[in-house]
Amino acid sequence: MANKIIAKDLNLYYGAHHALKNISMDIKENCVTGLIGPSGCGKSTFLKTLNRMNDTVPGVKVEGTVLLDGEEVYQKAVDVTQLRKKVGMVFQNPNPFPMSIYDNVAYGLRIHGIKKRIVVDEIVEKSLRGAAIWDEVKDRLKKPALSLSGGQQQRLCIARTLAVQPDVILMDEPTSALDPISTMKIEELMSELKKDYTVVIVTHNMQQAARISDYTAFFLLGELVEYGETSQIFSMPQDKRTEDYITGRFG
Amino acid sequence: MNQKKSITEKRRRPADKAAYVCIFLFTFLVVAMVILFVACILYKGLPGLSLDFLTTAPNPIEQTIGILPSIINTAYMILLAILIAVPIGVGGAIYLCEYAKNKRLIRIIEFTTETLSGIPSIIFGVFGYVFFCTLLNLKVSLLSGALTLTIIVLPTIVRTTGEALKAVPASYREAAMGIGATKWYMIHTVLLPSASRGIITAVILAIGRIIGESAALLLVAGGSAMYMPRGNFFEQIMGSGATLSVELYRYAYSRGENEIGFSIAVVLLVISVLLNVAVKGINKKLGGEKNGK
Repeated sequence: MANKIIAKDLNLYYGAHHALKNISMDIKENCVTGLIGPSGCGKSTFLKTLNRMNDTVPGVKVEGTVLLDGEEVYQKAVDVTQLRKKVGMVFQNPNPFPMSIYDNVAYGLRIHGIKKRIVVDEIVEKSLRGAAIWDEVKDRLKKPALSLSGGQQQRLCIARTLAVQPDVILMDEPTSALDPISTMKIEELMSELKKDYTVVIVTHNMQQAARISDYTAFFLLGELVEYGETSQIFSMPQDKRTEDYITGRFG
Repeated sequence: MNQKKSITEKRRRPADKAAYVCIFLFTFLVVAMVILFVACILYKGLPGLSLDFLTTAPNPIEQTIGILPSIINTAYMILLAILIAVPIGVGGAIYLCEYAKNKRLIRIIEFTTETLSGIPSIIFGVFGYVFFCTLLNLKVSLLSGALTLTIIVLPTIVRTTGEALKAVPASYREAAMGIGATKWYMIHTVLLPSASRGIITAVILAIGRIIGESAALLLVAGGSAMYMPRGNFFEQIMGSGATLSVELYRYAYSRGENEIGFSIAVVLLVISVLLNVAVKGINKKLGGEKNGK
């Protein structure tokens, strides 16, 4: 499978803190790539370098290369709004806007200048279906998004991201604030999503990584310790630290 | 020593009781003062109120008194000052909360606005007289008054709007940026609507301040409202005129006519009660929509 994103010798500093150390990693197209590791290991930071969500953090410095479809993400000429259109993001806590369900999904379309009613209607429905929430909300699209349950809100946020028609979806612990049933729904969704998108997901939950991801990367103290096919990482880890982590010896 | 007491045995706690009595008395006093105050104003002011009083100009020949000119002046003052102050104030608050990076600069600006809001308004009046009336040659006029009021209400608007913007969860900003919104798009589609309650509160607080202002306006906008504003819009705002509060001051000061002052006071009282009701109503409505109930 083709490489969608290639990170090479990526270093990131928050002021004096060296948060990512020489990360080199190829992310495959139409796969789910899981990033695991203990808190503070740099997995979320790495995720955010992929669509430059770290840019706004004061004192941040990035060195190295991130290629998206062969184009350097960190070159000057990049328009970050275009980049984030291509590489959308879903956050840890569901964060729908205080608007109607419909307007939440249409929001992204309006950013990118799509205003025709018929087109918007169509994409809103497609995105809500894509996020497996259409059946639950189709009769109340005009209701406030904040009236939904946490799990529904998170799927709505996924729909909002899908509406922009990205290539890559980054998810930062998308189920850690959700109940088991909502978590299950979102996990099921992943296997659907990867048919059309490249998904990179940070998770605290190793079972989740084992269940949903095709490739798994293990981060520790800012280093990428091990990266490979999920089946291999979980059955025959090459590195002692990976083994210790996935067998629960620390973390 | 180790005498056992039943839990049903009551103990006297005189300090407790005394505190309770005092607190009750103070609360009663506050309420009683408000009631007394309102009753006094209504008692003295209501008899002078009539439709003619509200809808005519004073007529020295027929010896009738009316406050329509000052009502119109007040409306102009509100309109002009709000039109000028709200864009500047909201813009400033957006800059401070969303764009400004230099922490020290932000602190200095915030400190300055805090200080400005604590300065007695007559000082702004003196400044407005020198700067707007004389230096910019706007004369003693409604426009000079509105510009002076702009300075007076700006700190309130900046601060209240700023608080409202700070209260918008960071996750909204992230969410919008995460799917490729530009900063300004995010601000006007997500931040400002979410902060709208605070902004409306700011506007209403500002209106309250404008209606209540007397000392500064006496200097920069004129001390009487004998005539209706004349001419076209620009001629009208370039003319001088007293607002309700300034008229109230003038009548209360002049001997023999202070019942008229009380009647104006009733009008002002009604307006400020309505403003408060408006704030409550708007907060309730917007709050309900947001939470989906």
